[in-house]
Amino acid sequence: MNVVTPLKKLTPADFATDQEVRWCPGCGDYAILKAMQRTLVDIGATKENTVFISGIGCAARFPYYMATYGFHTIHGRAPSVGTGIKLANPDLDVWVITGDGDALSIGGNHLLHVLRRNVNLQVLLFNNEIYGLTKGQYSPTSRAGTRSPSTPLGSIENPVSAAALALGAGARFVARSVDTMQKHLPVIFKRAHDHNGTSFVEIFQNCIVYNDEVFAEFTAKNVADDAEIILEHGQPLIFGKQKNRGLRVRSGFIELEAVTIGEDGMTEEDILIHDETNRALAGMLALLEPPSMPVAIGVLYCDPGSSYEDGVKDHMDEALKHSSGHDINALLRRGHTWTITG
Amino acid sequence: MPRVTTLKEDPPESLQRQELGSAVVRFAGDSGDGMQFIGSQFTQSTALCGNDLATFPDFPAEIRAPAGTTFGVSAFQINFGATVIKTSGDDCDMVVAMNPAALKVVLPELKLAGLILVDSGTFTERNLHKAHYDTNPLEDGSLTPYRLIELDISAMTLEAVKEFGLGKKEALRCKNMWTLGLVYWMYDRDRQVTIDWLNVKFTNLPDLAAANIAALNAGHAFGETAEIPDGVHGFSIGKADIAPGEYRTVTGAEALSWGLVAGAKLAGLKMTFCSYPITPASSLLHTLCNLMDYDVVTFQAEDEIAAVCTAIGASYAGSLGITSSSGPGIALKAEAIGLAISAELPLIVVNSQRAGPSTGMPTKTEQSDLHQAVFGRNADSPLVVVASRSPSDCFDVAIEAVRLSVKYMTPAILLTDGYIGNAAEPWLIPDFESFESFPVEFRTDPEGYQPFLRDEKTLARPWATPGTPGLEHRIGGLEKDFDTGHISYDSANHQRMTEIRVAKINGIADDIPLQTVEEGDDKGEMAVVGWGSTFGPINRAVSALRDEGGKVSHIHIRHIWPLPKNLGDLLEGFDQVLVPELNKGQLSTVLRSQYLTDAQTLSKVSGQPFKISEIEAAIRDRLEK
Repeated sequence: MNVVTPLKKLTPADFATDQEVRWCPGCGDYAILKAMQRTLVDIGATKENTVFISGIGCAARFPYYMATYGFHTIHGRAPSVGTGIKLANPDLDVWVITGDGDALSIGGNHLLHVLRRNVNLQVLLFNNEIYGLTKGQYSPTSRAGTRSPSTPLGSIENPVSAAALALGAGARFVARSVDTMQKHLPVIFKRAHDHNGTSFVEIFQNCIVYNDEVFAEFTAKNVADDAEIILEHGQPLIFGKQKNRGLRVRSGFIELEAVTIGEDGMTEEDILIHDETNRALAGMLALLEPPSMPVAIGVLYCDPGSSYEDGVKDHMDEALKHSSGHDINALLRRGHTWTITG
Repeated sequence: MPRVTTLKEDPPESLQRQELGSAVVRFAGDSGDGMQFIGSQFTQSTALCGNDLATFPDFPAEIRAPAGTTFGVSAFQINFGATVIKTSGDDCDMVVAMNPAALKVVLPELKLAGLILVDSGTFTERNLHKAHYDTNPLEDGSLTPYRLIELDISAMTLEAVKEFGLGKKEALRCKNMWTLGLVYWMYDRDRQVTIDWLNVKFTNLPDLAAANIAALNAGHAFGETAEIPDGVHGFSIGKADIAPGEYRTVTGAEALSWGLVAGAKLAGLKMTFCSYPITPASSLLHTLCNLMDYDVVTFQAEDEIAAVCTAIGASYAGSLGITSSSGPGIALKAEAIGLAISAELPLIVVNSQRAGPSTGMPTKTEQSDLHQAVFGRNADSPLVVVASRSPSDCFDVAIEAVRLSVKYMTPAILLTDGYIGNAAEPWLIPDFESFESFPVEFRTDPEGYQPFLRDEKTLARPWATPGTPGLEHRIGGLEKDFDTGHISYDSANHQRMTEIRVAKINGIADDIPLQTVEEGDDKGEMAVVGWGSTFGPINRAVSALRDEGGKVSHIHIRHIWPLPKNLGDLLEGFDQVLVPELNKGQLSTVLRSQYLTDAQTLSKVSGQPFKISEIEAAIRDRLEK
């Protein structure tokens, strides 16, 4: 006999497992986990239809702490496993949890292609600019000069910009947030969830053990207002403690410049309005770096198109119109056959 | 009134068709000459004549190698006859060479006194030079051991199609049809199947259809009317004694594709086929992507790793995940296959083997991935390995792979090879209703559910898919606690989990057929043990020696891992065990390690299948010692 239990509203605690969380004390991952459990309540998610997929790395432990379905796979391949899940059951809500090494180094190819195909899932990249789980080697997002166990004289490689790479790969939703922004993270997660197609979210996440305060130059409380610009669609690109700094296109150049309202005749009218459907603007915002420019936080780009699964479904529906009811005997007899009589 | 009786006179003996039991014909030309096409047409027509047959397409890796070069030669061999045919034939009775390079390549395959049909129009100084002939073989007497039919096919084709106003290059492309027409006449085949095909193929280009048909008819008419050099008046081959029923020709790639679809249906699952293009495995993807009306989802991944991981994701979500590749691609998938072993998820991995190592010879066949399949992963990571022996056998083997994979929640590797994939044979089409279904029962009951609690009999864990309320759980590649499925680094637990993963796969030996003897007794002087595509030549060789009274038997293994549980005892009944393999001794190494039997290897790694004579000689040699 089926037992019918009345629907009760879930709480963040309902999305937590009984597993002991094994990240280092003070790790930014705790805050992201908390924001995610909050988000799932806000969006009315069900435990059974939600799936967290991860690769390898500190971030990849995430699924063990979510009381949903979860699959901790192999290094860099979570986008592929997620794609398979969506091909088999497009109704599932799939979140891919990855890190800078997992997504941009060993799994770089899969990130490129999941974005290009626009599979309807969310990719959350926890960027801490370091390999944590293998004890502190430099990562593909580490800045040049990063000293680590594998680069005693400092890294000589240029880092990759995750958001710029995602845009280049054809992502149709690119956003950023910070582990400590507990009000902002759930908003971004909800936007990512609501987007049809691959949603790419880069989260600046502090590794307290191997790369502590690597983002402090723009995330620290005393500098954030001046060093971050919080993007709002349709709103002027204004930032700064005094709300008097803004971005505009530098006259005669294809680039952004930061100006001060009230100086050199600048007014609010001179400031660019954020249009998250503008790919070119998103590309420029993705590349803004301190100290000369603020780091763009929020939805850089959102321009929905049809998802990969939509395309698959269209083809399948069309083919099934001509189906013989999956008659295997008919399949085996397609084309030329002949009969030998005894 | 005198009665007049008119006797219908037989044609003089010299003009009668010569009766043959069987024949081996090899078509060879430039990669762009359409040799594979006329080979497959000849196959269709021959099947319709009631002959038994086997084919061997043998083509270069280059898509369009420079014209006229030996490395650009594409060949198609067919063995057909009034008797049961089990191989594509040893030496050829006839070779068709569309240019000097083709002649150079195929001549070593021709029997003494065999027939050579050449297009003399291509034997120009330039082409002879490209084929590295110092003198023209048509003139220097080097072909005297053979019977030469030297015709200017190029010129006669141009003449046959001139009314259609094609450019010279296009007109010359009809050469293969002229040639096919003549060969049809020589072996008394019907042209209609090809005419029908051309009319369908060129529906929108009626002139091209008409030109090709005109060339085909002209070649045929030439045979009927002209006096063919060297006194050839055509051959006839009687019908083979074939079991009654409905037949078709089938390639290994087709039978394997349909077997996977059938297996998914028997399991009650949708299938998700994920693959990255690689020779010679791509034909599976090509076949399956046209079966969307059978609920087949195909996915061309960005690389081999993505392909297997997408298949694993599909299986995790309750579909039948399948990936397919060839040796180098399987190597890339190894880590992910380990994940499917650890997470205990169904997964079918098809390996269309080719010559290696590394890139090796992509279009040439080999059986050198047996060790890779059985052992080729990090750690103790057992899985199921099955192998198909012939094109049509792929159908049954695919179903068996699906059955074992879903029942035991394990990856299963299906070994086929480039030869089986491309070769064709007539197939008595089975009745799908006669196959026993094995419907998957997904776990839905939350009561007492733990992801790694096992079925007592099969030792398989339950298959619980996302979307099922109350069964939310986390799995992964980390070691799991035996009882709860949670992450565990406990040493005793790892010992226990490793043991049970091995025991689960070993236990499958109780669920597969006992090993039978294909040919001969279950005791004797020698067991010739094979697997995969060596079936035909081994079987023929053993039959021939048994006809002479040799106490030799043929055993052919489908279940490579786990092995059938009676195999060790069976081998003990023979004084000698000989394993012919297209590798350096991989099955024999396994047999030696499993049964401490003195299995001997007969190895061939030339990229070509065994000849019957090679196996026969090896058996004879050992029996006489």
